[in-house]
Formats: sequence, structure tokens, C-alpha cells
Amino acid sequence: MSKHSITIEINGESFTREVDSRKLLIHFLRDDLALTGTHIGCDTSSCGACTILLNGKSIKACTFFAVQANNQKIETIEGVEQGGQLHPLQEGFHQEHGLQCGFCTPGMIMRGKELLEKNPNPTEEEIRWGISGNLCRCTGYSNIIKSIQYAANKLNEKQEEAA
Amino acid sequence: MIMCKTSKEIGGMGHSLKRKEDARFIRGLGKYTDDVQLPGMLYMDIARSPFAYAKIKSIDKSVAMEIPGVLAVITGEDLKQYNLHWMPTLMSDTQMVLPTDTVMYQAQEVAAVIATDRYIAADAVQALENSIEYEQMKPLIDPHKALDADAPLLRPDKEGRTDNHIWHWQTGDQEATEQAFDEADVVVKEQVYIPRIHVASIETCGCVASYEKAEGKLTVWMTTQAPHAIRTVIALVAGHVGLSEERIRVISPDIGGGFGGKVPVYPGYVIAIAASFLIGKPVKWIEDRSENLQADSFARDYHMTVELASTKEGKMTGLRIKTLADHGYTDAAANPSKFPSGLFSIVTGSYDIPTAFTEMDAVYTNKPPGGVAYRCSFRVTEAVHAIERITDVLAQKLGRDPADLRFQNFIQKDQFPYRSALGWEYDSGDYAPALRKAMDMVGYEELRKEQAEKRVRGELMGIGISSFTEIVGAGPSKDFDILGIKMFDSAEVRIHPTGKAIARFGTKSQGQGHETTYAQILAEELGIPAMHIQIEEGDTDTAPYGLGTYASRSTPTAGAAAAKAAHKIRDKARKIAAYLLEVSEEDLEWEPGKFFVKGAPERSKTIQDIAFAAYTNHPQGMEAGLEATHYYDPPNLTFPFGSYICVMDIDPKTAEMKIRRFVAIDDCGNIINPMIVTGQIHGGLAMGIAPAMYEELIYDDDGNILNGTFMDYLLPTSVETPNWETGHTITPSPHHPLGAKGVAESPTVGAPPAVANAVVDALSHLGVTHVDIPVTPFKVWKILKEKGVIS
Amino acid sequence: MIPPTFDYLVPATLPEAIALLHEHGDEAKVLAGGHSLIPAMRLRFAEPSHLIDISHIPGLDYVREEGGFLKIGTMAREVVLEDLPWISERYPLLVDTTKMIADPQVRNLATVGGNLAHGDPANDHPATMLAYRAEIEITGASGARIVPIDEFFTDFFTTALEHGEILTEIRIPIPPSRSGGCYLKVERKVGDYAAAAVAVQLSLAADGSIEQAGIGLTNVAALPTRAVDAENALRGQQPSDALFAQAGQLAADASSPADDLRGSAEYKLTLIRELIQRALRRSVERAQGRS
Repeated sequence: MSKHSITIEINGESFTREVDSRKLLIHFLRDDLALTGTHIGCDTSSCGACTILLNGKSIKACTFFAVQANNQKIETIEGVEQGGQLHPLQEGFHQEHGLQCGFCTPGMIMRGKELLEKNPNPTEEEIRWGISGNLCRCTGYSNIIKSIQYAANKLNEKQEEAA
Repeated sequence: MIMCKTSKEIGGMGHSLKRKEDARFIRGLGKYTDDVQLPGMLYMDIARSPFAYAKIKSIDKSVAMEIPGVLAVITGEDLKQYNLHWMPTLMSDTQMVLPTDTVMYQAQEVAAVIATDRYIAADAVQALENSIEYEQMKPLIDPHKALDADAPLLRPDKEGRTDNHIWHWQTGDQEATEQAFDEADVVVKEQVYIPRIHVASIETCGCVASYEKAEGKLTVWMTTQAPHAIRTVIALVAGHVGLSEERIRVISPDIGGGFGGKVPVYPGYVIAIAASFLIGKPVKWIEDRSENLQADSFARDYHMTVELASTKEGKMTGLRIKTLADHGYTDAAANPSKFPSGLFSIVTGSYDIPTAFTEMDAVYTNKPPGGVAYRCSFRVTEAVHAIERITDVLAQKLGRDPADLRFQNFIQKDQFPYRSALGWEYDSGDYAPALRKAMDMVGYEELRKEQAEKRVRGELMGIGISSFTEIVGAGPSKDFDILGIKMFDSAEVRIHPTGKAIARFGTKSQGQGHETTYAQILAEELGIPAMHIQIEEGDTDTAPYGLGTYASRSTPTAGAAAAKAAHKIRDKARKIAAYLLEVSEEDLEWEPGKFFVKGAPERSKTIQDIAFAAYTNHPQGMEAGLEATHYYDPPNLTFPFGSYICVMDIDPKTAEMKIRRFVAIDDCGNIINPMIVTGQIHGGLAMGIAPAMYEELIYDDDGNILNGTFMDYLLPTSVETPNWETGHTITPSPHHPLGAKGVAESPTVGAPPAVANAVVDALSHLGVTHVDIPVTPFKVWKILKEKGVIS
Repeated sequence: MIPPTFDYLVPATLPEAIALLHEHGDEAKVLAGGHSLIPAMRLRFAEPSHLIDISHIPGLDYVREEGGFLKIGTMAREVVLEDLPWISERYPLLVDTTKMIADPQVRNLATVGGNLAHGDPANDHPATMLAYRAEIEITGASGARIVPIDEFFTDFFTTALEHGEILTEIRIPIPPSRSGGCYLKVERKVGDYAAAAVAVQLSLAADGSIEQAGIGLTNVAALPTRAVDAENALRGQQPSDALFAQAGQLAADASSPADDLRGSAEYKLTLIRELIQRALRRSVERAQGRS
């Protein structure tokens, strides 16, 4: 069958749509659902601008068909802010000047999210390796690393407060 | 420590204000061109040539047209009917929109499809590409062969042209320079080749063209750094089909990086506009990354023969450079019209060289057109690479420390304003402290000791210096125009009754932070908090005319315009204040945000009071409102500078290289926002080491591009990129209203020679004097093998 | 950029997947991690008629030690190997290799099985599996069969997999104590294919001599390559720099790399010679560390 009905939970909301088998997840998000925060920067799965979370794991939405996401949970940049509260990563990128043109930023934030969930106290080197699948042309990466470190500190503070 | 004249609340110059534009980007709510969705929008995709040089024998549209959802196939023949198949380039050459008989480079646009869906458009392109027949011809790829007797004549369309020579340009005193070389104690000479690279912003180029028939109005959302210039070009090129400038609106929305690659008018834009015009529906065209790398405006491709003359004591006495410039099949470089090789003549650099001569010849080849992009400041990257490399070559020849040689030859502080041998008046500079600061930061003397010890053990490390002078802020109207449009820039500032403001500019940020920095300039000059000043750019219906943002020109031109407009507003505000306080204007003093009576400072009016009064209580006979527009014609360019030091370790067995440290001291005069400037430096440094070590567009003899995707066109990731160590000196510009200079391209200009110099320095004891960039492990391996270090 | 049309099928069991492969013929392909197949489809280098998605079949993604083997199910994602601490401890060669594949996002989806099934001599796991002397379990309509790794890669981009068969498990013999291994790769940048890479797995006898050695080479020939002569030269010998240099030369002799954008064949042979020595040194250190 080359047309499928799929149901995907995106940022906590359920969507059911008819799609062609070949529709890439990135186009499904951007064109079908007008979730244009996730971007396209290449055609060889090299740049990471399309990074989203699939069941909590960062993946490249350009190398995944929408049909593969049937009955799965997806999180995009649009879902990161919760109840008007910025996520520490979003705060970090703002405080540490981790973005300039903003095009790679959603991908960086989504990758940062999984990175910090798996490793709440990353070293600088671990962050560099952690975002090695995300290209940036504007920032020279230094402030992106600081932004993620900011978020790590903030998240750890919150953890301590909660404890 | 930067001393700020305004408080943090006002946020004028010198404050590291967090960026106002971040709010949308961190939420994924930026609006880039591909985010634009309009009802009934169609998609355009482009069929491209597999060959570098071929005659088109036939195009069979039928297979593509049979695919459901395909509305049209557009060829050169179709555009010819409207005389749109050729268009002017920004250098007054001509470029095909779509060919009618011959293709001139691999990946050239050959035909376009318009479909209801981008997936159908892709299928149609595949079908169309299979239905085009070509007759291949042997392409001209090597620019050194472009003027051979048997070279194909690539541009028979150009009247009177009998060869592939585009232009010759020269400047300087040829005779005096020849004499200096004849009399010199020491002359060094190197062939320095800077290959083609591609700017590769993470967002590719594209547009949404929407022609509304009833109104006769064209709106184009476009990834362009220069929306007004584009609007005028569209009006001139397509005026004959009915597009009139007052009914053309170009919108540069958020742009995901420009770096000069989004200045030229690409055929895709013109075809999309023509398609929308003919069909009467919006047409979206967004190129793939492969298309972007293989067909868009490249940068560099200069073959330079560089010579430097000096006394035996190391005093430089003459500089001579001859360059062959490969422009592809048409000169589509985005240079100011009087400067076909851009601002290359800055090439005497930071040194007091009494005489110099530089000449260049540009030729056509079967490659994509262009020349100026990738954060080059109009060819300053090429110039600085030449002078900084040859300076190290001279140091090596004389057995002198390269830092020492630079100190000896620097233009001294008291020589400014300095007239260079090639005709530029440098506004201000103080080079020695910047180099000294870099050396202190990196621990230069210790590193030289370490290097000597390592050499004994067969370990390789190098220290590379680059002390560059940049030239930005194009430019004064007497010398600077693009297609005849003078290179002023503009600011239009309006204060609202409640003391808030809106300002619009003729520039267009692609990440430089104008929404924050321009607000800070106005905050500085008016005392209105930067947070209360709304900044807009990019919509030609509302913004005042400007030449756009590239070549680090925004702060020098539009930033100055903002200051000037603010001064005009302050002049009127003073009058209103005098009226409100019932004193004469001369009795008033200004501090950011308020006028107060001399000697009685408790009698004052804030700018907010004055703004309100401008609408409710202004003097009789005075116009209401509080606003001003200024078109700024800079009296000169600005000359930022800096010194960079790169420490490089090389594995003597595998030739792998690692930048251990990179220190960058920059001087861009007075700094608007230190955080933003440092961010620009970081980004520019990354785009400096990238061409130095990773990037190069590679063609084979048949003109096939061998690395036209990100798999093989290598952008550094966070792992390849070192930690940046930065610092500043501050030498204000004497002519700029804020004492500021441009800065964002300094690092891209200054870094590559620091890297190349470091690698050569690591190998100099083996007799190596020069390596062309990109310096790859394979290149270094070849040297080590040749020198017997690797068996 | 945009892939061509295809039909998408989601079997619930392995036998169903195999039956679908048979039903739809040569142009039907297995979709596992998708990170070799989908990029090829986006550039229209591959145009399969059917994609048979095996990622929803339960029980294919295990990683466990059993019956003398480390058994890796075909759907085990690369990242699992990075995340399991006991894999890092006992299979350093495997984790070294995984970390050198592409980038974190790709490793979240790409499978070890896929990295082998693709048959690409530039992929990283083939050399590693050669070094481990792994076995590959292939399942077809008539059941499962085991193929030793030396018989798995048959030609350029060709493996022992017949159409209608699926690679279901990779088995690595559990190394004895006093074992160590190392993967070293020279790449132009993170995520690139290797200019050259070597996989070494060895074990030491009680007297410290090299009891067993496995050496695999990445991207040095049309097939993933075992450096047989180098292995033979190491066996029974005491580790020494001279021995490692000899092994390095023998490994280079077993290679026939191509000139390409990464460099010349000669350059790559230099890398092999040097990387072998470094990998042997590190593997011996690790083997000694564990005893």
C-alpha cells in the first residue's frame, strides 16, 4: 500500500492523517502539520537541522518516513516550552548567546535535550561529541557548548531543589 | 573593560544585552522562506545539466507533463518569448536564467517544473532529466588554459569577444615597484592558490513568488541579503513584461545564514517569479543542498603569484602580485562596480610598504559563476592570505621570528590616517599592541621553546601568526556602487507618543543581531531603553532603501545612519524641550534620555516627556511627530584589524593535525555589544579554519564536481572546532559617528593564514616554505614522505 | 532529496517478513535502521518497490551473552552498545567501533545488523566482526543458518544473504580472559568513512605471549579484509614494537586501497602500517589490564 493512515502523538497531541509511504517525517511535520520549527539543511543526513525526539531519542527526521512513526511519540521544538515556561536549554541558548541565525537551533536544542537526559553532567568534550551530528555555521560552537552547560547546571539545581 | 555611557536599563553601546530576536528562534517560531505557506501555492523544482559543457539537442516536456499534478515545464525557449532567458549580473555581465542552446557548467539549470506538490515536482524533474538530450563538448576547466589558442570560446554571445578574458585590472605604481624589486637585497616569491569553496549556510537559497493578477502586484519572499537591490533589478529586468517597481515587494524574512552567498540573483528566483507571473499563483522554490553546493555562487578561486621585496635587515620595500581569477562562465561576483576584484588592493595589509603593484586577469571557465561570497569582505580573504603568507615566507628566508618581522614592519600608530601604496586611507590602527596581546595570551616565547625541544625529538608543532588589516563599510558614494546604485545605507526612526520607538533599515541581518545592536545604537543616542525600540528590516514596502548586509558594512553604514537619524531627532527634541521648559535651546544640556537646564538640573524633560509632547503639546508652527530618516554616505571605509595566533600539532606518523589553541585579538573600534561581537568572532573563526583545513570544491578534468554533497564537502563539526580564546583592543574610527567599525568578517579573513602559517612553521625545519589551503592530512603526508620523515 | 514511491509493509513476525520478501521479489528491501537505505533512496540511487519494516517485530533487538557468545539481535541499535557498561568493559573493540559510526542521532536508529548486511567495505563493523571471528545467523524461509564471518562478505556490496533471507543475529565468541581489542580510524572529520581503519582483537597466554589475534581492515579493498599474514605473525609471539611493526607491514601488504578524495593508496597504506601498531599496543595494554 502506498497510502497509509497514521496516528502520531506530537508534543502531547494526537494527529491522525493519510500519508504516502514515501513522505519523509520532516515534510510531514513542516508541510502537513505546519510545524515549521524543525528545519532542512541538507540532503545527505549530514547536518542535523531536522533533529527531533522519537520516543525520547534524538533522530534525524529527514531520514525517517512518517509511516515509521505510526503509534510513536514525537517531540519537536514547538513542544519544548511547557506552560509558558522555557526549558533550561532554551534559557541557556538565550543567556549564553548560543544562536545567531537560529536555523540550526531547534536541532541543537532537541539533541541537547536527549544528551542531558542521558548525561546530566557532561564534560565539554562529551558535549562536543554529543552535538557532532549538528552543524552550525554561525556560532563556531563555543557558545552552544556554554548554552548546554548552562542548561545542565539549571537542571541539576532543579533536581537538587526537588530532592 | 568597556565603559558604558548609558545604564544597563537603557542598554546603549557596550552592554552585552541578550538578544531580542532570540525569543522566536528558541521556540522554533522563526519565519524562514521555506516556512512561508500560501493558499494554492505551487512548487518549483529544477532539472539540471549533468555535463559541464554541452549543446542541448532536445527537451521533451511530455513525459514530465504526463505526471498528474504537473502544471508546467518551463525552458529557455519559453522564457525567450519574454526576453527573460538572460539577465544581467551584479558585475554587468550577463547570465542565463535558462539556456536555449548551450549549458555552461555541471548542475546548471536547464528547465523547471511547476507542480502542486514538492514530491510530484521531484518526480517530474527526474522524468525531465531523462528526457533531455545533449551533445557533450570538451569543457574548459583549467583557467591557465583559458587563453590558449585552442580554448573553446565560451561566450560567443558577448559582442566583440574573441577569447575568454573577462577583464584586466591593476593598481599601484608598476615602475616604482619594479625598481624596488631590482634594488632589493632579498626577494621572496610564492605561488599561492586559494581554491573554490562554498559558503554553505545551513539554510539553502529559495523564494516564494506570489503574483496577484488583479492588483498587478508581485510579492517575493526571498533568501536575500539585499532586498531593495533585488527589487530594483526585478523592475529593470522584468519591467517590459509589466512588473513595475512600486508594485514589487521583496521580503527577506528570517534568513538562516547569508555570508555573501545570498546576495546574487539566482536563476531559480527569476524562474519562480516568471512562473508565478504567468500562472497567477504563488510558486515556491527551495533548492536542495546538492543544488546549492553545485550551482550557487562560489567563493575564492584565485591563483596568485606573490612577491615581496625587502632589505636584508627585514624592512619590506615592495609588494607585487599577479593573479588569475577563475570566475566560472560569467562574472556574477557581487562586487562594487568599480572594483572587479573587490577590495583586494588592501593587500599591503598592516605593513608600511612604500610601493606596491597588483594586477589581475579574470577568465571564463565551464564552472558555476560567481566569485565573491563566504564572508570574504570583497576579496579581502584572498589579499590577507597573500600578504600574511608571504610575510612568513620572508621571515623564514631571513631567519627571523615572524612576530619580530611583523613588529618591524607594522604601520605605526602615529602614521594614521595612513595612505597605503595602493591608494587606501586607513582611518585608524594600532597594530603592535594587538599582536603583543595575542602573544601574551598564547604564551608565545614558551611555545617557541617547546617547539625547539619537540623538534629534537622528531615531534611536529607549529605556531602561525596572522596580523591582518581589514577594510569594510562599503562605501563612499564617489567610489562605491552596485549596478550604479550608490552604496549608502539608511535608517528611519519614529518615536511614538508613549516614548517607545520603531526603526527600519536598508540592511538585512542574517544572524548578526541587528534587532538588538541597532536598538542599542539608538538607545545610546536617544536614551530610550533598547528594549523599547522595535527594529525592522527586510520588507521593501516599508524599509528605507539600502544596499543590504554583507561585507561587514552594516555597522559602518546603517549603524551610522541610525546615529545620524537619532541626532536629527535630538535636534527637534531639544526644541520641544526648550519650549516645554521655557528656556532657549542653548540653555539645555543632554544626557542619555533627557535634556536638563544648565545649572538647574532638576529642571528637565525626559525623552519620553518630549515624545508625548510631540503629539500633544508641540510649539506652534512646528510639525507634530518625532522622527527622522537618514541616508548615510560614509566618508571612508573603516579598517578593523587584529592579530591571531594558531598553535598546531601534527602527528608525524599519520600527518593528522589538531589545532591545540587559537588566540584571536580583534579591534573593531567602539563595540556595540561585546557578547554579539565575540559571537561573530567565534563564528568567523570557524569559517576561517574550515577553508584552511577542510573545504574545497573539487572538479575533475571534465568539469564534474567530485564533492557536491555534505558527505564530501566537509564542514567542521564541534569536534574539529577548537575552543576560541578571544580578546580586544579598541581603536575607534575617527570618522564614524559611533567610532565603530565592522567586524564579522575579520576572523574569516585573518584565520586561514594563521592556520597555514602554523603548518608551514611546523615543517619549516624540513625546508618547507609554503602549503596551499586546505591543508589536509594527505597534503602534509606527501610533504613528510617527500622529506623522508615518513618512510 | 525526495525518494521515489514504494509500498510500505509492516510484518508482525519474522516468517511474515520473509514471506513478504519472497512475494515481492528482488525489488523488495528490508527496512531496519534505514540509515543506509533511506539516504540512498533520497538521492534516488535505490528505488525499491517495497519496504518491509522489521523494526516492529518483537524480540529482535537483544544484546546478551549466552552459550559462549555475545549475541546481538539484528534490530539492536548502535547506541545500545555505547550505553551498556558491561559491553564497554568486555568488548572495547566493539564499543570503539560503534562510537566511530556517523553521529549520535544516526546511532540511535542505525543497527549493527544493517551495518553488516549492507556489504559496504567502508562500513566500520565488518572489520570488527572479522577481528572477533564472529558468526552471522541468517534466517530464510527454510529456517536459520550460521555463516562464519569469513564467508559472509562475498563481493563488493554483496554478502551471503540471498534474496528472501534476513540477517537475524550476530554472534561474537566471548573472548577469554586476558583479552583486549581496539578500533582506530583515521577520518577527515567526525562521521566520515575511514581513510583507513583497523580492528584488532587479541588474547594473551599466561606467559604474556599473543595466543590469538584477529585483525580486520576497513575501506582498504572491495571487501572487508582480514590481515591473515599479520595475524599469523603475531600468534605465539611476545609483544614488542618490532613485532608490531612487522604486523603493520603485513597488514599493509594485504590491503589494496583506492586513490580517492581522502588520499592516495600509498597514503592509506602508511596509515594502516601505523594504525596497526598503535592498535596492537593498545589492545595488549587492555588485555594486560584485565588479567
